[in-house]
Amino acid sequence: MDNLFWLSDEKILEKFEVELNRLKVESNAKATFLIDKNGQLIGSSKNTENYDKTSIGALVAGNVAATGGLANLLGEKEFSILFHEGENEHVHISLVAGKLILVVIFDETTSLGLIRLRVKKSLKVFEKLLRDLEKSSQENNRENIFSDITEDDIDNLFNIGGE
Amino acid sequence: MSFINYSTREINCKIVYYGPGLCGKTANLQYIYDKTDPNLKGKMISLATETDRTLFFDFMPLKLGEIKGFKVRFHLYTVPGQVFYDASRKLILKGADGVVFVADSQMDRMDANLDSFDNLRDNLKEHGYDLDTIPLVLQYNKRDLPDIVPVKELEEALNFRGVKSFEAIAIKGVGVFETLKQIAKEIIIKLKG
Repeated sequence: MDNLFWLSDEKILEKFEVELNRLKVESNAKATFLIDKNGQLIGSSKNTENYDKTSIGALVAGNVAATGGLANLLGEKEFSILFHEGENEHVHISLVAGKLILVVIFDETTSLGLIRLRVKKSLKVFEKLLRDLEKSSQENNRENIFSDITEDDIDNLFNIGGE
Repeated sequence: MSFINYSTREINCKIVYYGPGLCGKTANLQYIYDKTDPNLKGKMISLATETDRTLFFDFMPLKLGEIKGFKVRFHLYTVPGQVFYDASRKLILKGADGVVFVADSQMDRMDANLDSFDNLRDNLKEHGYDLDTIPLVLQYNKRDLPDIVPVKELEEALNFRGVKSFEAIAIKGVGVFETLKQIAKEIIIKLKG
Protein backbone atom coordinates (compact mmCIF):
# COMPACT_ATOMS: atom_id res chain seq x y z
CA MET A 1 0.00 0.00 0.00
CA ASP A 2 2.99 2.29 -0.44
CA ASN A 3 1.47 3.67 -3.58
CA LEU A 4 -1.24 5.47 -1.64
CA PHE A 5 -1.30 8.95 -0.24
CA TRP A 6 -3.53 8.91 2.80
CA LEU A 7 -5.14 11.84 4.48
CA SER A 8 -6.46 10.17 7.56
CA ASP A 9 -6.00 12.60 10.42
CA GLU A 10 -8.90 15.03 10.31
CA LYS A 11 -7.57 17.15 13.15
CA ILE A 12 -4.39 17.90 11.25
CA LEU A 13 -6.36 18.59 8.09
CA GLU A 14 -8.46 21.09 10.01
CA LYS A 15 -5.28 22.80 11.15
CA PHE A 16 -4.20 23.09 7.51
CA GLU A 17 -7.47 24.84 6.73
CA VAL A 18 -7.18 27.15 9.75
CA GLU A 19 -3.76 28.24 8.53
CA LEU A 20 -5.03 28.63 4.94
CA ASN A 21 -7.75 30.95 6.25
CA ARG A 22 -5.34 32.88 8.43
CA LEU A 23 -3.03 33.38 5.45
CA LYS A 24 -5.93 34.51 3.30
CA VAL A 25 -7.11 37.07 5.86
CA GLU A 26 -3.69 38.38 6.90
CA SER A 27 -2.46 38.79 3.33
CA ASN A 28 -5.81 40.09 2.11
CA ALA A 29 -5.78 37.47 -0.64
CA LYS A 30 -8.88 36.22 -2.46
CA ALA A 31 -8.26 32.52 -1.96
CA THR A 32 -5.63 30.08 -0.75
CA PHE A 33 -5.29 26.41 -1.66
CA LEU A 34 -2.99 23.60 -0.68
CA ILE A 35 -2.54 20.78 -3.19
CA ASP A 36 -0.18 17.86 -3.55
CA LYS A 37 2.30 17.59 -6.39
CA ASN A 38 -0.13 15.48 -8.41
CA GLY A 39 -2.74 18.21 -8.22
CA GLN A 40 -4.99 16.69 -5.55
CA LEU A 41 -6.60 19.21 -3.24
CA ILE A 42 -5.57 18.94 0.41
CA GLY A 43 -7.42 22.00 1.66
CA SER A 44 -8.67 25.46 0.80
CA SER A 45 -9.62 28.70 2.52
CA LYS A 46 -13.26 29.62 3.08
CA ASN A 47 -15.49 31.05 0.36
CA THR A 48 -13.79 29.29 -2.52
CA GLU A 49 -16.93 27.64 -3.90
CA ASN A 50 -16.71 29.66 -7.11
CA TYR A 51 -13.28 28.34 -7.99
CA ASP A 52 -12.90 25.18 -10.06
CA LYS A 53 -10.48 23.63 -7.58
CA THR A 54 -9.99 20.38 -9.50
CA SER A 55 -8.87 22.23 -12.62
CA ILE A 56 -6.74 24.65 -10.60
CA GLY A 57 -5.07 21.67 -8.92
CA ALA A 58 -4.30 19.93 -12.22
CA LEU A 59 -2.99 23.06 -13.91
CA VAL A 60 -0.90 24.28 -10.97
CA ALA A 61 0.61 20.81 -10.54
CA GLY A 62 1.42 20.73 -14.27
CA ASN A 63 2.89 24.19 -13.98
CA VAL A 64 5.08 23.22 -11.01
CA ALA A 65 6.12 19.99 -12.74
CA ALA A 66 7.11 21.88 -15.91
CA THR A 67 9.14 24.49 -14.04
CA GLY A 68 10.67 21.71 -11.93
CA GLY A 69 11.80 20.00 -15.14
CA LEU A 70 13.25 23.30 -16.31
CA ALA A 71 15.06 23.74 -12.97
CA ASN A 72 16.64 20.31 -13.33
CA LEU A 73 17.84 21.17 -16.82
CA LEU A 74 19.53 24.26 -15.44
CA GLY A 75 21.09 22.36 -12.56
CA GLU A 76 18.72 23.78 -9.94
CA LYS A 77 16.98 21.51 -7.44
CA GLU A 78 13.68 23.32 -7.93
CA PHE A 79 12.15 26.73 -8.36
CA SER A 80 10.45 27.07 -5.02
CA ILE A 81 8.35 30.13 -5.86
CA LEU A 82 6.36 30.91 -9.01
CA PHE A 83 4.44 34.08 -9.65
CA HIS A 84 1.95 34.75 -12.41
CA GLU A 85 0.86 38.31 -12.96
CA GLY A 86 -2.43 38.99 -14.67
CA GLU A 87 -4.25 42.23 -15.42
CA ASN A 88 -6.46 41.89 -12.35
CA GLU A 89 -5.72 38.58 -10.70
CA HIS A 90 -2.35 37.19 -9.75
CA VAL A 91 -1.21 33.80 -8.57
CA HIS A 92 1.60 33.10 -6.12
CA ILE A 93 2.73 29.48 -5.95
CA SER A 94 5.23 28.07 -3.47
CA LEU A 95 6.44 24.62 -2.51
CA VAL A 96 5.96 23.29 1.01
CA ALA A 97 8.96 21.11 1.89
CA GLY A 98 9.14 20.11 -1.79
CA LYS A 99 6.01 17.97 -1.30
CA LEU A 100 2.93 20.18 -1.32
CA ILE A 101 2.03 23.29 -3.27
CA LEU A 102 0.61 26.42 -1.68
CA VAL A 103 -1.44 28.57 -4.06
CA VAL A 104 -2.47 32.14 -3.25
CA ILE A 105 -4.79 34.03 -5.58
CA PHE A 106 -4.90 37.78 -5.04
CA ASP A 107 -5.73 41.08 -6.72
CA GLU A 108 -4.81 44.76 -6.49
CA THR A 109 -6.28 45.13 -3.00
CA THR A 110 -3.02 43.72 -1.64
CA SER A 111 0.60 43.63 -2.75
CA LEU A 112 3.06 40.97 -3.83
CA GLY A 113 5.34 42.04 -0.96
CA LEU A 114 2.70 41.36 1.67
CA ILE A 115 1.77 38.04 0.05
CA ARG A 116 5.39 36.93 0.04
CA LEU A 117 5.87 37.96 3.66
CA ARG A 118 2.78 36.13 4.91
CA VAL A 119 3.43 33.07 2.74
CA LYS A 120 6.92 32.79 4.21
CA LYS A 121 5.43 32.77 7.71
CA SER A 122 2.75 30.24 6.80
CA LEU A 123 5.20 27.90 5.08
CA LYS A 124 6.79 27.13 8.44
CA VAL A 125 3.39 26.21 9.87
CA PHE A 126 2.53 24.04 6.87
CA GLU A 127 5.89 22.29 7.04
CA LYS A 128 5.28 21.38 10.66
CA LEU A 129 1.74 20.20 9.92
CA LEU A 130 3.04 18.10 7.04
CA ARG A 131 5.53 16.41 9.38
CA ASP A 132 2.69 15.76 11.86
CA LEU A 133 0.54 14.34 9.07
CA GLU A 134 3.28 12.02 7.87
CA LYS A 135 3.93 10.86 11.43
CA SER A 136 0.26 10.26 12.06
CA SER A 137 -0.06 8.34 8.77
CA GLN A 138 2.75 6.03 9.84
CA GLU A 139 1.31 5.43 13.30
CA ASN A 140 -2.34 4.98 12.48
CA ASN A 141 -3.71 1.66 11.45
CA ARG A 142 -5.52 2.39 8.25
CA GLU A 143 -8.77 0.78 7.41
CA ASN A 144 -8.25 -1.12 4.17
CA ILE A 145 -11.31 -0.02 2.30
CA PHE A 146 -10.47 -2.20 -0.66
CA SER A 147 -10.03 -5.48 1.17
CA ASP A 148 -13.46 -7.02 0.67
CA ILE A 149 -14.79 -5.32 -2.44
CA THR A 150 -16.18 -7.53 -5.14
CA GLU A 151 -16.28 -7.41 -8.94
CA ASP A 152 -19.89 -6.25 -8.59
CA ASP A 153 -18.85 -3.30 -6.43
CA ILE A 154 -16.43 -2.27 -9.15
CA ASP A 155 -19.03 -2.74 -11.91
CA ASN A 156 -21.50 -0.66 -9.94
CA LEU A 157 -19.09 2.25 -10.02
CA PHE A 158 -19.85 2.57 -13.69
CA ASN A 159 -23.57 3.01 -13.55
CA ILE A 160 -22.91 6.52 -14.71
CA GLY A 161 -24.20 6.65 -18.23
CA GLY A 162 -21.85 6.41 -21.16
CA GLU A 163 -22.43 3.25 -23.10
CA MET B 1 -0.27 7.25 -6.48
CA SER B 2 -3.86 7.00 -5.38
CA PHE B 3 -5.04 9.68 -3.03
CA ILE B 4 -7.43 8.85 -0.23
CA ASN B 5 -8.97 11.65 1.78
CA TYR B 6 -10.73 10.41 4.90
CA SER B 7 -12.20 13.75 5.82
CA THR B 8 -14.01 14.22 2.52
CA ARG B 9 -14.25 10.43 2.00
CA GLU B 10 -12.81 10.51 -1.48
CA ILE B 11 -10.51 8.27 -3.45
CA ASN B 12 -8.75 9.82 -6.42
CA CYS B 13 -6.82 7.84 -9.00
CA LYS B 14 -4.85 8.98 -12.03
CA ILE B 15 -5.14 7.33 -15.44
CA VAL B 16 -2.78 8.32 -18.24
CA TYR B 17 -3.55 7.73 -21.92
CA TYR B 18 -0.27 7.11 -23.72
CA GLY B 19 0.61 6.39 -27.35
CA PRO B 20 2.16 7.80 -30.52
CA GLY B 21 1.18 11.13 -32.03
CA LEU B 22 -2.30 11.28 -33.57
CA CYS B 23 -3.27 7.82 -32.29
CA GLY B 24 -6.48 9.12 -30.67
CA LYS B 25 -5.69 9.78 -27.00
CA THR B 26 -7.45 13.12 -26.96
CA ALA B 27 -10.31 11.59 -28.99
CA ASN B 28 -10.83 9.07 -26.19
CA LEU B 29 -11.08 11.79 -23.55
CA GLN B 30 -13.26 13.97 -25.75
CA TYR B 31 -15.74 11.12 -26.28
CA ILE B 32 -15.86 10.31 -22.57
CA TYR B 33 -16.36 13.99 -21.84
CA ASP B 34 -19.16 14.36 -24.41
CA LYS B 35 -21.04 11.28 -23.22
CA THR B 36 -20.78 11.70 -19.47
CA ASP B 37 -23.51 13.23 -17.34
CA PRO B 38 -22.52 16.87 -16.63
CA ASN B 39 -22.95 16.22 -12.89
CA LEU B 40 -20.27 13.57 -12.98
CA LYS B 41 -17.53 15.41 -14.78
CA GLY B 42 -15.49 18.53 -14.29
CA LYS B 43 -14.12 20.77 -16.96
CA MET B 44 -12.00 19.22 -19.70
CA ILE B 45 -8.74 21.08 -20.05
CA SER B 46 -6.74 20.78 -23.26
CA LEU B 47 -3.35 22.40 -23.43
CA ALA B 48 -2.96 22.20 -27.18
CA THR B 49 -1.18 23.98 -29.99
CA GLU B 50 -3.01 26.20 -32.47
CA THR B 51 -3.36 23.17 -34.72
CA ASP B 52 -5.04 21.18 -31.93
CA ARG B 53 -2.09 18.93 -31.24
CA THR B 54 -1.64 18.23 -27.54
CA LEU B 55 1.15 20.43 -26.24
CA PHE B 56 1.28 19.47 -22.58
CA PHE B 57 -1.75 17.43 -21.55
CA ASP B 58 -5.52 17.01 -21.66
CA PHE B 59 -7.21 16.57 -18.33
CA MET B 60 -10.68 15.67 -17.18
CA PRO B 61 -11.94 14.64 -13.75
CA LEU B 62 -14.61 11.93 -13.69
CA LYS B 63 -16.75 11.07 -10.68
CA LEU B 64 -17.88 7.50 -10.43
CA GLY B 65 -19.98 5.78 -7.78
CA GLU B 66 -18.96 4.88 -4.26
CA ILE B 67 -17.01 2.08 -2.65
CA LYS B 68 -17.78 1.59 1.02
CA GLY B 69 -18.90 5.19 1.40
CA PHE B 70 -15.89 6.60 -0.40
CA LYS B 71 -16.54 8.61 -3.55
CA VAL B 72 -14.34 7.28 -6.34
CA ARG B 73 -12.89 9.77 -8.79
CA PHE B 74 -10.61 9.30 -11.72
CA HIS B 75 -8.42 11.98 -13.16
CA LEU B 76 -7.84 11.24 -16.82
CA TYR B 77 -4.76 12.65 -18.52
CA THR B 78 -3.33 12.33 -22.00
CA VAL B 79 0.30 12.92 -22.89
CA PRO B 80 1.51 14.72 -26.02
CA GLY B 81 2.31 11.92 -28.46
CA GLN B 82 4.85 13.71 -30.60
CA VAL B 83 8.40 12.43 -30.07
CA PHE B 84 9.59 16.00 -29.49
CA TYR B 85 7.62 16.39 -26.25
CA ASP B 86 9.26 13.61 -24.28
CA ALA B 87 10.13 15.81 -21.29
CA SER B 88 6.42 16.69 -20.89
CA ARG B 89 5.35 13.05 -21.21
CA LYS B 90 7.67 12.12 -18.39
CA LEU B 91 6.14 14.74 -16.08
CA ILE B 92 2.59 13.61 -16.74
CA LEU B 93 3.33 9.96 -16.00
CA LYS B 94 4.37 10.87 -12.46
CA GLY B 95 1.83 9.62 -9.96
CA ALA B 96 -0.05 7.51 -12.55
CA ASP B 97 -2.07 4.62 -11.12
CA GLY B 98 -2.72 3.05 -14.49
CA VAL B 99 -1.93 3.49 -18.17
CA VAL B 100 -4.03 3.06 -21.30
CA PHE B 101 -1.77 2.53 -24.27
CA VAL B 102 -3.57 3.66 -27.41
CA ALA B 103 -2.04 2.09 -30.51
CA ASP B 104 -2.73 3.36 -34.02
CA SER B 105 -3.82 0.33 -36.06
CA GLN B 106 -2.62 1.71 -39.40
CA MET B 107 0.22 -0.26 -40.96
CA ASP B 108 2.45 2.75 -41.49
CA ARG B 109 2.14 3.68 -37.78
CA MET B 110 3.39 0.37 -36.46
CA ASP B 111 6.93 1.62 -35.93
CA ALA B 112 5.56 4.65 -34.09
CA ASN B 113 3.54 2.34 -31.82
CA LEU B 114 6.60 0.30 -30.96
CA ASP B 115 8.73 3.39 -30.35
CA SER B 116 6.06 4.89 -28.10
CA PHE B 117 5.70 1.64 -26.16
CA ASP B 118 9.47 1.53 -25.55
CA ASN B 119 9.34 5.16 -24.56
CA LEU B 120 6.55 4.35 -22.07
CA ARG B 121 8.72 1.67 -20.50
CA ASP B 122 11.70 4.05 -20.18
CA ASN B 123 9.65 6.90 -18.77
CA LEU B 124 7.86 4.68 -16.25
CA LYS B 125 11.22 3.38 -15.13
CA GLU B 126 12.42 6.90 -14.42
CA HIS B 127 9.58 7.26 -11.91
CA GLY B 128 10.32 3.87 -10.37
CA TYR B 129 7.36 2.13 -12.05
CA ASP B 130 7.54 -1.05 -14.04
CA LEU B 131 5.67 -1.58 -17.31
CA ASP B 132 5.49 -5.27 -16.40
CA THR B 133 3.41 -4.62 -13.28
CA ILE B 134 1.59 -1.28 -13.53
CA PRO B 135 -2.15 -1.56 -14.35
CA LEU B 136 -2.23 -1.45 -18.13
CA VAL B 137 -4.86 -1.77 -20.85
CA LEU B 138 -4.22 -1.70 -24.59
CA GLN B 139 -6.50 -0.11 -27.13
CA TYR B 140 -6.14 -0.75 -30.85
CA ASN B 141 -7.65 2.35 -32.34
CA LYS B 142 -8.78 3.36 -35.84
CA ARG B 143 -10.14 -0.09 -36.70
CA ASP B 144 -12.39 1.53 -39.35
CA LEU B 145 -9.50 2.68 -41.53
CA PRO B 146 -8.08 0.80 -44.54
CA ASP B 147 -4.59 -0.73 -44.38
CA ILE B 148 -4.69 -1.73 -40.76
CA VAL B 149 -2.62 -4.31 -38.96
CA PRO B 150 -4.57 -7.44 -37.91
CA VAL B 151 -5.30 -7.55 -34.16
CA LYS B 152 -3.31 -10.76 -33.85
CA GLU B 153 -0.17 -8.99 -35.05
CA LEU B 154 -0.77 -6.04 -32.74
CA GLU B 155 -1.17 -8.45 -29.86
CA GLU B 156 2.07 -10.18 -30.72
CA ALA B 157 3.94 -6.90 -31.03
CA LEU B 158 2.59 -5.09 -27.97
CA ASN B 159 0.72 -7.35 -25.61
CA PHE B 160 3.56 -9.35 -24.10
CA ARG B 161 1.83 -9.18 -20.70
CA GLY B 162 -1.41 -10.61 -21.97
CA VAL B 163 -3.43 -7.71 -20.54
CA LYS B 164 -6.96 -6.90 -21.72
CA SER B 165 -7.04 -5.16 -25.08
CA PHE B 166 -9.86 -3.51 -27.00
CA GLU B 167 -10.48 -2.67 -30.62
CA ALA B 168 -11.68 0.89 -30.95
CA ILE B 169 -12.83 3.68 -33.20
CA ALA B 170 -12.36 6.42 -30.65
CA ILE B 171 -13.92 9.28 -32.60
CA LYS B 172 -17.14 7.26 -32.85
CA GLY B 173 -16.86 6.01 -29.27
CA VAL B 174 -16.38 2.35 -30.16
CA GLY B 175 -14.37 0.68 -27.41
CA VAL B 176 -13.82 3.90 -25.47
CA PHE B 177 -15.88 3.18 -22.34
CA GLU B 178 -14.87 -0.48 -22.38
CA THR B 179 -11.23 0.60 -22.20
CA LEU B 180 -11.91 3.08 -19.41
CA LYS B 181 -13.88 0.57 -17.34
CA GLN B 182 -11.16 -2.01 -17.69
CA ILE B 183 -8.32 0.26 -16.58
CA ALA B 184 -10.42 1.47 -13.63
CA LYS B 185 -10.99 -2.17 -12.65
CA GLU B 186 -7.31 -3.00 -12.94
CA ILE B 187 -6.41 -0.05 -10.71
CA ILE B 188 -8.91 -0.97 -8.02
CA ILE B 189 -7.87 -4.63 -8.11
CA LYS B 190 -4.25 -3.52 -7.63
CA LEU B 191 -5.27 -1.33 -4.67
CA LYS B 192 -7.09 -4.28 -3.19
CA GLY B 193 -3.69 -5.99 -3.08
